[in-house]
Amino acid sequence: MSTIQNLTAFDPFADTGDSEAQPTNYIHIRIQQRNGRKTLTTVQGVPNEYDLKKILKVLKKDFACNGNIVKDDELGEVIQLQGDQRVKVSEFLTTQLQLPKKNIKIHGF
Amino acid sequence: MSDLGFDPSLKKKKKSKKTDESGESPAPESEGTPAVEDELFSGLKKKKKKSTKAFEMSPTPGEEDLSSSFDDLTLKKKKKKKSTKTTADDFEQQLEEAGIEEVPAEATEEDGNVSSGGFTYEELLSRFFTILKTNNPELAGDRSGPKFRIPPPICQREGSKKTLFANVQEIATVLQRNPEHLIQFLFAELGTSGSIDGEKRLVLKGKFQPKQMESVLRRYIIEYVTCKTCKSMNTELKRESANRLHFLSCKACGSTRSVSSIKTGFQAQIGRRKKM
Repeated sequence: MSTIQNLTAFDPFADTGDSEAQPTNYIHIRIQQRNGRKTLTTVQGVPNEYDLKKILKVLKKDFACNGNIVKDDELGEVIQLQGDQRVKVSEFLTTQLQLPKKNIKIHGF
Repeated sequence: MSDLGFDPSLKKKKKSKKTDESGESPAPESEGTPAVEDELFSGLKKKKKKSTKAFEMSPTPGEEDLSSSFDDLTLKKKKKKKSTKTTADDFEQQLEEAGIEEVPAEATEEDGNVSSGGFTYEELLSRFFTILKTNNPELAGDRSGPKFRIPPPICQREGSKKTLFANVQEIATVLQRNPEHLIQFLFAELGTSGSIDGEKRLVLKGKFQPKQMESVLRRYIIEYVTCKTCKSMNTELKRESANRLHFLSCKACGSTRSVSSIKTGFQAQIGRRKKM
């Protein structure tokens, strides 16, 4: 008899989703101003199991912009894209690569 | 560069999905922050509105509680009558029925009880809040006091490539933060550098609109100023010398939480390359 509705509705010990443990492997999406009204988007910290080259190829085609991969001594490989692609990139990462949204941090104005 | 775990079908997927997904995601992106932001900055623009709003808002939860408890009451009655027939699915319908049929009757009863005292619940509640507000407004949730009003950022263009952020100092004092910390955050977030001029104004390299500065400031406030537990902005940032971590301690509720340090992250090479 599952009729006591207000008891079955809420499990206080269930995972609430907002776990206290903060992910340390954030993906940072930043924007930098170039000359004039031109900008540059950098995507830092994409997990190693993804092939950056392939991602970049798709991104370039989808956003109709140029881009490249820069190797940094401390931060590993970083994707650079021309123009302000921050929102589009985060959308791509969440929908196509199934990365959790809380791991993605968008910086800049 | 390895193909480890990378789904080769990724590209195709993207193509096929592209059409139907293009319209979906951008909207939720911007939903999360504005609510919080508006709360934060409401002091700037619609100060008067806010106080009244808070006042109007507060009675509603109480009312809802009441009505929901009514529902519970009615539910129990219903169940006893029909419990032989019911399944879990029918229950929803019954709930609606019960809500329509029996609540009015009880409500009138309840009204009778209250009006015998001369006041309705709402009248009493509003009376309580007006009294509370006049006597000690802080308890009434009226946070639009002078302390939490953040002046809007003033941005002027200096030359063609630099921006003057005139009231950093003022904003930092309102937020009770070290201006240096705020400036460091601004540099990291905007990906630029800059300096402080003679009148303690901040000169940023690059062109920035006040609106953009405001959004960055909001992020700073959410990250480094507001208390996560009580949403108060009356907080203090302390640096623990032992472990070199920053801690945010709330002056209102006394809770502390650790705060990540400001990291600049990757800076792309812009303009002329370094000379080898």
